[in-house]
Amino acid sequence: MSTQPQPEPTTPPPESGLPKVRFWMVCALILALALPLQLSVDAGLFPDVLNPYYLHLLTIIGMNIILVASLNLLNGYLGEFALGHAGFMAVGAYTAALLATKVLPGAAALPPVIGTIGILVVSLGGAMLASAGVGYLIGLVTFKTVGDYLAIITLGFNMIIVNAIQNIEFVGGPRGFTGIPKNTNFVAVAVCALLTIAVLRNLIQSSFGRVWVSIRENAIAAELMGVSIARAKNWAFTIAAAFAGLAGGLWAQNQQFITPRSFDYIKTTEILVMLYLGGMASLSGSILGVVAYTLLMELLRNLLSAFAPQLAEWRMLISPLILIIIMLTRQTGLLGNREWRWLRPRPGA
Amino acid sequence: MGLRITELTKSFGGLTAVSGFNLELGDRDLQGIIGPNGAGKTTVFNLITGVYAPDRGQIQLGDQAVSGLPSDAIARAGIARTFQNIRLFAQMTVLDNITMALHAHAGYGLLDATFRTATFRREEARLLMESRDHLARFGLLARQHEQAGSLPYGEQRRLEIARALATGPKVLLLDEPAAGMNPREVEELIRLIQQVHRDFSLAILLIEHQLPVVMELCREVQVLDFGQTIARGASHEVVRNPLVIEAYLGEEEPPA
Repeated sequence: MSTQPQPEPTTPPPESGLPKVRFWMVCALILALALPLQLSVDAGLFPDVLNPYYLHLLTIIGMNIILVASLNLLNGYLGEFALGHAGFMAVGAYTAALLATKVLPGAAALPPVIGTIGILVVSLGGAMLASAGVGYLIGLVTFKTVGDYLAIITLGFNMIIVNAIQNIEFVGGPRGFTGIPKNTNFVAVAVCALLTIAVLRNLIQSSFGRVWVSIRENAIAAELMGVSIARAKNWAFTIAAAFAGLAGGLWAQNQQFITPRSFDYIKTTEILVMLYLGGMASLSGSILGVVAYTLLMELLRNLLSAFAPQLAEWRMLISPLILIIIMLTRQTGLLGNREWRWLRPRPGA
Repeated sequence: MGLRITELTKSFGGLTAVSGFNLELGDRDLQGIIGPNGAGKTTVFNLITGVYAPDRGQIQLGDQAVSGLPSDAIARAGIARTFQNIRLFAQMTVLDNITMALHAHAGYGLLDATFRTATFRREEARLLMESRDHLARFGLLARQHEQAGSLPYGEQRRLEIARALATGPKVLLLDEPAAGMNPREVEELIRLIQQVHRDFSLAILLIEHQLPVVMELCREVQVLDFGQTIARGASHEVVRNPLVIEAYLGEEEPPA
């Protein structure tokens, strides 16, 4: 059946003659750089050039990419406005800290590298499971709430988590959880960040991703195409929470010290700023937003402490200011709804 | 029997939007519901598709009672619809609008998608091929990479019908498909619906405000006014019914 003459199908937008950059190439490149970098810094080589501070920055960037990309699943692709991401992160951080200090230290008897990797993998797995469970519950509770209501509920949940942890003496209460072994380094964080981007990209470019975006675009139409909104939303919350938990688990074993207040709504706001700076519904945007924001804040810190140390604390005013400027001038952020070529689906595949 | 509705009733507060609505739609029938604005036509569709739960009455799809089920379950049971104000996934591509509609037929799970297993790649290739074939049947293949929201109005309407059909429904509900169209687009739409009726094995129920469209497409119509069926039967007879003329025009002149 054809209602009009068939023109030739258009080909996908023409690509330039440059060799095609693929996702695995980017992964290989980053890991090929990360491993020698980490080893050189650990060995104290070239201390003038390879300042451990740079590696620390890269590690922070990696963890923030996991947080922002997973929040993008909810706020960008599913089109909800979730405000509790730091809460999921807290669940992961405390789960991993407990596993690493109270349950798994026996594994330290294993050969050094294997033991550390073993503890890291198990503690991160536990962190992801725990936050996924909480994310699933939040998804259940928020069932058909959307918009403002969902924002308030997730914000409330964030506060509940932080306050609950503050009242549990077993994990240090308001003083925080100390003595967590440093089981992560930049390489581990880079691997986790790349895995996160890979998994999120795979899901977004599947039937699950199309269903999530269709809910954002028109929930009623999606439902009348046979989509169970509650189920699809619940999956998204569970997956996003699992990755926030992963970031939390890495965070705990990188900082070695966590307090409930590191996961309050201020952290959620910071994640939101990076997300909106980068752009909604774009994994490339999430990566770029994190890198741009982190570098900008560090640059400001250095500039202020060099030239105007009395203004150093004013740095924190910049972040909300950035958010306001984005919302006023460029609501799609740096890369909203667009992807770098290596993150795009392969044409015809 | 494709769709059988008995004594369907729905009130909103004190207002009875639909009262004692009956319908028998055979497997391959093409029937119309007409009536003035606010007569309760779209409410009937919203009741059939589970957007509202009926106060009273039964809706049977084949052997299955669907009244009271949630919308998504009714859709999966085989009732698809379009909307009076087009509801496409505007920021998705034309192709993704169709591929999304095949979500229930994607033969892979979350883990397959996460790891891009062989099953995932095979099934995804199949979905893509079926979607492109489907678009080609509706003359929209050339538009596959464009955003659905950027299509001209007539093609958006066509895409919406194509998307509804991609779910493989037994019954297709069309809610004022000719609304906002110019005469040439209406002409194309009538041909499209006739082709769909001929080529797909399904029943079509059409709500329409423009009488010529219903006259040309449907042999059988029923007329709603203030939530009540005031006439039903062969379309050329119904439009001569004085009750219908009065409801429709409020005057003694037969509608065009």
